[in-house]
Amino acid sequence: MNLLEEFEKRQIESLTQTKKVPSFSAGDTLKIWVRIADEGGKERTQAYEGVCIARKNAGLNSSFTVRKLSYGEGVERVFPLYSPNITIEVLRRGAVRRAKLYYLRGRTGKSARIAEKQGIRKDSSGTVAAAEAANVQAPASVKMPEAPSVEASVTENNENS
Amino acid sequence: MRSGIVAEKVGMSRQLLANGESVPVTLIKVFECTVVENKTNDNGGYTAVKLAYGSKKAKNVTKPMQGVYAKYNLEPALGLKEFRVDDENIIPVGEKIGAGFFEVGAIVDVIGTSIGKGFAGGMKRHNFGGLRASHGVSVSHRSHGSTGNRQDPGKVFKGKKMAGHMGQVRVTQQNLEVVYINHDNNTLAVKGSVPGAAGSILYVKDAVKVRK
Repeated sequence: MNLLEEFEKRQIESLTQTKKVPSFSAGDTLKIWVRIADEGGKERTQAYEGVCIARKNAGLNSSFTVRKLSYGEGVERVFPLYSPNITIEVLRRGAVRRAKLYYLRGRTGKSARIAEKQGIRKDSSGTVAAAEAANVQAPASVKMPEAPSVEASVTENNENS
Repeated sequence: MRSGIVAEKVGMSRQLLANGESVPVTLIKVFECTVVENKTNDNGGYTAVKLAYGSKKAKNVTKPMQGVYAKYNLEPALGLKEFRVDDENIIPVGEKIGAGFFEVGAIVDVIGTSIGKGFAGGMKRHNFGGLRASHGVSVSHRSHGSTGNRQDPGKVFKGKKMAGHMGQVRVTQQNLEVVYINHDNNTLAVKGSVPGAAGSILYVKDAVKVRK
């Protein structure tokens, strides 16, 4: 392992110590809780919900793209996978046969649907659902005390999902 | 003025802070530096420490350099480097310094040799604007324009910015913050970029213009 890899691996370890990253792949529907700094030094969380259309695996620089339709307009956001600012919640597993779902960009409505994956894989820590529940809820309660109050602001973001 | 250390550029990465900020950092591998000689007023007329850094196979060291290392009773090193220091900052001969010479939060200057760009045109080398894309310009869209006047002065002034060799010169990047130190593998990371390609030799010193 070269020095750069070691430097990045060390960071990934310390970042995932406090906040586990759930396993998910392209096609899954995700809800991302993004911590945003308000002016006045206050912090709040905002939810962004959509379909993961791509994952980039590059160690510390890993990221994923989430696409959703907002007021009929397609919106894509790229999140750094290990960012301390985000908490990932997997809502639905999608059955897809591509690693990158860029074909969704040209589609809306019925043709942009993704079938739900049947037969959930077993994780090392039990079922996927159980592992996720543990992953998402623990940090959400610790790191984001305002989470319940966020729901109000969430609704306006998710009218399409 | 303290001594500096000799290091090697590893490459760039990022640091994700707890507040979500992403800081660009350059990872630097510090050579093990051994003090081999002190220059003082009596020997040389100035104060400095001479460091031997890195290691090299004995068969790759020239005869004259083998003699030098033999004089210092050293294994062949990659090279020798002298740093001017103040009298009170002289380091005794035989002592080794590494990444621990600095601490996290220190502000340093990093000196290196920039990446060579070869013979570069005026647009790349001096940020010239080039000529127009149309309106009768032919075959000279990236050229510099005029280089002077007419019969008076009748010459191109010295120092005129023109195309020429670019890069591969000594460059100092000032005031970089040390954000990470690893004593196990003798590496440190500074915020921002440093001159040169990965694997090139760097000198890391305390910042000359320290912000206090």
